[in-house]
Amino acid sequence: MTQDQLVELVKRSLYEVAPDLEAEPLDPKRSFNEQFEFDSMDFLKFITGLHQATGLALPEKDYPHLVSLELAVAYLSEKLPS
Amino acid sequence: MTAFRMPSLGADMDEGTLVEWIKKPGDQLKRGDIIAVVETQKGAIEIEVFHDGVLEAIHVKTGSRVPVGEVLATIRTAEEPESAQPVPPEVVTQKPVYAPPAQVAAPFTPGLKITPAASSRAKELGIDVQSVFPGQDGIIGLKEIEVPSVPAKPKASRGINLDEMRNAIAAAMARSKREIPHYYVSSIIDMTAMMEWLATENARRTVSDRLLAAVPIIKACALGLQQVPELNGHFLDDRPLRIAEVKMGIGIALRGGGLIAPALALPDRLSLTEIMQRLSDLVARVRGGRLRSSELTEATVTLSNLGDNSADMVLPVIYPPQVAIIGVGQIDARPWVVDGTLASRKIATFAVAGDHRANDGRSAARFLRLLGEILQKPEML
Repeated sequence: MTQDQLVELVKRSLYEVAPDLEAEPLDPKRSFNEQFEFDSMDFLKFITGLHQATGLALPEKDYPHLVSLELAVAYLSEKLPS
Repeated sequence: MTAFRMPSLGADMDEGTLVEWIKKPGDQLKRGDIIAVVETQKGAIEIEVFHDGVLEAIHVKTGSRVPVGEVLATIRTAEEPESAQPVPPEVVTQKPVYAPPAQVAAPFTPGLKITPAASSRAKELGIDVQSVFPGQDGIIGLKEIEVPSVPAKPKASRGINLDEMRNAIAAAMARSKREIPHYYVSSIIDMTAMMEWLATENARRTVSDRLLAAVPIIKACALGLQQVPELNGHFLDDRPLRIAEVKMGIGIALRGGGLIAPALALPDRLSLTEIMQRLSDLVARVRGGRLRSSELTEATVTLSNLGDNSADMVLPVIYPPQVAIIGVGQIDARPWVVDGTLASRKIATFAVAGDHRANDGRSAARFLRLLGEILQKPEML
């Protein structure tokens, strides 16, 4: 997957959790929790969306690598075959 | 014949707008069936019936604003014979005040790029989006709608008017503080065993089956309440009423402000996986769907869980007519003494606010001790 496709994939998972945020400005460096008042349930639903889209196991210990758009894209591009 | 009235969906509700009849005259009704949808300060609520029977007649048209207690429909209960007379013509007791808020989204405007959140916000504020300048990216977002000259109002969250939600919270909490003599008791509980168990458990579960820390906390609290029943129930007609079954109101925050605490029924009898499914469903419906009337009225106690990255302790306010509320602070590593040695442990502060008319601090202290013991054996939950 290209970088752009990964960005799209992460955004899609994000907007599935919070459709009202679609096309709102998204700071790639700031955590979703901080920007959008995400709680643990929102975050888990976001991770579930990523899992369903990619098939990756996404263990809990890797959650810190998935908290922002930039981090999530870097993590996915490393784990997914390009 | 039974009169089916506009229910009170909490200490804070005095009227609601009937937005949809789900059942029509002649339909068979079973206890628990959803008969209508009512728009309240807490969003659209599905109203359940309490009797088996047949819907005889509807008395209120959709779009009507109706005070609590007004007759919405008549139901012929199962024992009654079918009436010989024809069904009386539909009586409209209230003129529609405004059209039902069927569509939330603003009409589509060609050539205009606007986010859904900004669109509904503009509608709420009565702003013509054609008159708004887009941001640097050419899109109208919340930032562009919420120009500083407009007095700051809360963001709309999926059809719920947050100003009204604030009014509902204000009414319930002011009544609570006016009427209920609160006392507060708290303990710090070592959550290390539970968090380690949870990490192991979640490592062997796929993403969609993983548990949040709130899940074992909900179950442990319910088990503790079974042993301290004076904290579980209502205070009605100047008397405390103990309720055998635990229906735990779970405080769920809305993006942009406000919260709702719908009841999760009988968590002490559910597996952790089942509690997680119920919790997930409740959160989704609080934020994006519909709650049922029973979920807003049946809670016997409330749990207010602050969650990750929040604060250490909450001393919550009781939701009338309940007699206690449990507040849970964030779970975080702190220096803690274990067997006489200083160690880093994951701890959380649990607080109980109790209604002193119904119970005493001693009961709350006993509950917290039990809870501490239960949480040391998470594998038993």
